[in-house]
Order: sequence, then C-alpha cells, then structure tokens
Amino acid sequence: MGGIRQDARIVDFRKGVEEVPGRDGYGHGLLWLCENDDRVLVCDADLAKSTRTIWVRDKYPEKFIDFGISEQDMLVEAGGLSRLGFVPFVTTYGVFVAGRAWDQIRTSICYGNLNVKIGGAHGGISVGPDGATHQSLEEIPLMRVLPGMTVIVPTDAPECKKATIWAASHPGPVYLRFGREGVPVITTEETPFSVGRAEVYYDGDDVAIIACGPLVYEALMAAEELAKEKIDARVINCHTIKPIDVETIVTAAKECGAVVTAEEHQIYGGLGSAVAEVLGEHYPVPLRIVGIADVFGESGSPRELLDRYGMNSKTIIAKVKEVLKMKK
Amino acid sequence: MADTKDLKEVCRKIRRDIMVMLAEACSGHSGGSLSATEIMVALYWNILKHDPKKPDWEERDWFVLSKGHACPVYYAVLAAHGYFPREELWKLRKLDSMLQGHPHRLKTPGVEFSTGSLGQGLGLASGVAMGYKRLGKPNNVYCLTGDGEQNEGSIWETGMTAAHYRLDNLCAVVDRNFLMIDGNTEQVMGLEPLGDKWRAFGWHVIEVDGHCNHQMTYAYERFRLEKNRPTMIIANTIKGKGVSFMENLADWHGATPKKGEQVQKALADLGFKAPWQEYMKHDFDWVG
Repeated sequence: MGGIRQDARIVDFRKGVEEVPGRDGYGHGLLWLCENDDRVLVCDADLAKSTRTIWVRDKYPEKFIDFGISEQDMLVEAGGLSRLGFVPFVTTYGVFVAGRAWDQIRTSICYGNLNVKIGGAHGGISVGPDGATHQSLEEIPLMRVLPGMTVIVPTDAPECKKATIWAASHPGPVYLRFGREGVPVITTEETPFSVGRAEVYYDGDDVAIIACGPLVYEALMAAEELAKEKIDARVINCHTIKPIDVETIVTAAKECGAVVTAEEHQIYGGLGSAVAEVLGEHYPVPLRIVGIADVFGESGSPRELLDRYGMNSKTIIAKVKEVLKMKK
Repeated sequence: MADTKDLKEVCRKIRRDIMVMLAEACSGHSGGSLSATEIMVALYWNILKHDPKKPDWEERDWFVLSKGHACPVYYAVLAAHGYFPREELWKLRKLDSMLQGHPHRLKTPGVEFSTGSLGQGLGLASGVAMGYKRLGKPNNVYCLTGDGEQNEGSIWETGMTAAHYRLDNLCAVVDRNFLMIDGNTEQVMGLEPLGDKWRAFGWHVIEVDGHCNHQMTYAYERFRLEKNRPTMIIANTIKGKGVSFMENLADWHGATPKKGEQVQKALADLGFKAPWQEYMKHDFDWVG
C-alpha cells in the first residue's frame, strides 16, 4: 500500500541523495563506448568542456572530432560518417542542435535513416545564469515529431550513462536530453532500464504522477508529502518520450483515474502532450501538465529558476490536488 | 575511359531521357537537370569508380547530388548504367515510384543520401570523405551543388570543415548557370567572386566550361592529383542547355515540357524525331 516499489530498485531517496549532473552520465557513457565499441566517434561543436565530450578528447583523442561552432555541418558530416559504419555521437546544447540543425536532423538524418546519435546537452531551465538563449525548453516536440527518432530524457546521471550506451546499439537516430546542473541520483546500476518502458517507482492509486528527467525526483518528494495527507500517488519515470510506453500510462490512468505530468520543459509539446495523446486516444482521465508555462526563462540560479517557474514538488502537489477535484 | 566525342552522344540521349521523363511526370526540374548533364556524364562515364551490380561496393567512389532537385539527370544516368530498369524513369514522382521527386536513398539503388533540402549534401559528402581518411582508404567522394544553393550558410560551414581536415578526397562541383528561381543569382543574392571565396576557404579551385566533356574530365582528373585540400570545380553552364526555348530562363527551373507539341520540340532541338512516347519503349541507345 504505497511507498517506494521494491522491485524498482531505486535509491532510498528519503535518506538523502547525491547530486551529479546528467552530462556526467553522458560523458561516462561515451567513455565506456570508446573503450568497448570501436565504431563510436564523438563529435562536438566547440563545447567539449561543457558537454563532457572533453573526457573523450583527452582520453581517446583519435575518436573525437570538433566541428567548431557549426552545428548544421556537424549533423550532416556525422551522417556521412555513419554510412561508413561509424556510430557518431553529435553533441552540443539542446537549443542549438534541436533548433538550428532541425532540418538536417529531419531530412538528412531521419528521412535518410542515418545512424547518428544526438547528445542534447543543457536541457532545461537549470542551465541557470546563461539565461533563456541557452535554456533548452522546447526540444522534446521538435525531436519527437520526427519519424524514426527515439527520444530519451534520463532521470539522472546513471540512467543517462545507460541510455548513452544503449543508443550505440540501436540502429537509428536517437536524441538524448540531459542537463548541466547536479541533479539527485535516484537510480543505481541495478535499477532496471529499458528504452520504451516507463518504470513505476512509487505505488499509489489515487493519482499517477508521470515525470521525466530531474522532475522524477521532485515527483517522488511530492508523493512522500502527499502520503502524509493520505493521498497515494503512483510515480512513474517515463524516460522514453518516444516510443512512449502506452501500456504503463493506460494502466495508470485506469487504476488511478487522474494524471499529473512533470517535466523541465514547456507545457506544450513535451511529455505532458505525449501523455495527453495517449490518454485522449485510449483512456481519457483528468490531466494536469507541470512545466514552464509557455514563457521563456531568464538568468538565475538553477534552484531559483525551477521554483520561480513552477517545476518542483510544490507545484506537483498543487496540481495533484487540482486534478483530484476533477476526478469522477 | 570513353572518348569524349562519344560522350557528346551520351549527353544527347541523357537530355532526351530527361525531357521525356519530365513530360510524363508533369512536374519536376528541367533547367537545372539540363545544365548539369555534361557534369554528370563525364563523371559517371569517365571518372567514377562504381559498379551498378554492386551499389554498396566497398571500393566505390561516391557521388552526392546536393542540388537534389536535378534528380532527373541523376536518374537518367543511373538508369543508363543499369542501376535499375529503364521503365522506372517513366514513373518519376508517381505514387509508389522508386524514383522520388528528390533523391531518396531508401528507394533508389545507386542513391547514397536523401537530398533535396539545399545545403546539406555537401556536408554529407564531406563526412564520407572524412570517414575514408580515417579508414585510410583511397575512395573519392564527388558532390554536385547548385550555385543558388551556395547561398546556404551550411555550405560554407562544410567549406571550412573540409579544408580544415584536408579532405583532398572530396571533389565538389558547382553548376554555375547563374540562375535561381527568382532570377539571376547576382541580382537575387550575389555570389561573385565565387572562385575567390572558395580559394579563400582553402580549396583548390578550377573553372571550366561545364558543357565540354573534355574539360570536365580534365577537371576531375586534376582533382585526383591535388593533395591536402578539397577541390571545387566551377562548371560554367547554361540553365536549360540543349533545349532552345528553355535556355537561360529562370522560369524553366521548376517547369516541365508539356506532353505533345512542346516536348516534341524539345526533342527536335536535341536531334530526336520520333514521337516522344516511343523513347519510353526502347533502350537507352535507340535514337529513333
């Protein structure tokens, strides 16, 4: 009856968590791949220090290619390389790769089915002081709308490492979204991870909170709080936005009767919208979407910004209460 | 290596097939296909190492049509070599066709990349060239761009990359016909001095008559001798070349000859007198 699901094998976050940036997980994943998969190449657009591809540049310089600040070229050059059997990981900030190079990703990579992996760094408002120009909050719909693309938003660094490694084995384009700041580590090596399968971390039948990225932790914290008020929330880590796990979402809708989604992303087009599509077509229930509400961010500290723009456990709790009122 | 005198005849037949293909399709790009004919014929008959029976042959040279809309000339060349049956040409742009409106690698044998969004093919070609350098293999990569296409910033990004990484196995050609959809390139968005730009970007530049098979062949051979830097061949051409009423007119960029009298006139300009549909029933060499 409620509480952390045992077979989820996540960290007991109630005892405190370590904070590690998602980008570190990407970097570790790339290092593992360079060690074990000689097809892998790592490409960057002059942001190696920031995206952690510099770890590859330092340890496996022959596997690293810098394209300078030319994201569009980097994408198609990687496309060319992929045709010779290389598996290129193209890395830069989400705003630039998903935005500026969108046509290259759409037409050369996805339509042409080229085996290129994209590391979309600095996802989310927690990019912080750099401000809105660098805070990628719109990339999920840009990527998930593309036929053939797989979109993963890992919850923490260990999960990001697993997703990165998985990407190399998948025959097709993959977009990985991760952030700059340290975020709570809630998964371990043992935590199950399967692309396309959402994981239930916390049991409950009053409402389902479906989250991705660092908001999974916020959802777990919210569930703990809600339990004190006798509201049993089910928390689901929906790391794979595409292909989305229809079954787990529909089961949650049937068993809980109400859904709140949470993401460090615009409310339009992201996880919330993807879940809405599933609910609308299969099992409509009241829904609330937690995210940044159709505005751009600004400079600030990561924590201040997440709080200011309503991407935290407090907002999730408020939305749960709203949606419960609508429940039949 | 074919005698370049024979290539004149090949070009005549390729232009014929382009006109018949486009008349049948009722949509597509006449001007830029006709201007690129010698560029393609000299490459595929004299230079490119390839095998129609093995489109994935590991030792092959690659060709990327970055100006993807000129696919009628590309398809005509591939068909003439036997990459797919000649009959497919007459299904261009039709539903379920192997020949899409812009080249698609998943549908057409011999097509390496799905191009058509301008400014991307050169980078794809450069990536392949870069890959062959990594693998220490001698394969060459050729890429045809349009001149209007060179407005795209991404072309110049690739220009920097290819020079920076010394991709001397990359040969680009620009179909310099001086026309784009909205008019003369120099009036819409001036490119001159184009050769100087590529030289400044660190490329080896050769300028030739793009309608002379001999000069095109020379230019490709000259590329093969160049070390440490990629080559840009500026092929001076006439949009719509070979068809009198299409030559040098921007309006024929995305237009096709109408079935009947108009396509018949185009064929007559090329020296073909049989009813235009007859050419669909015979093989490449039939001149009617």
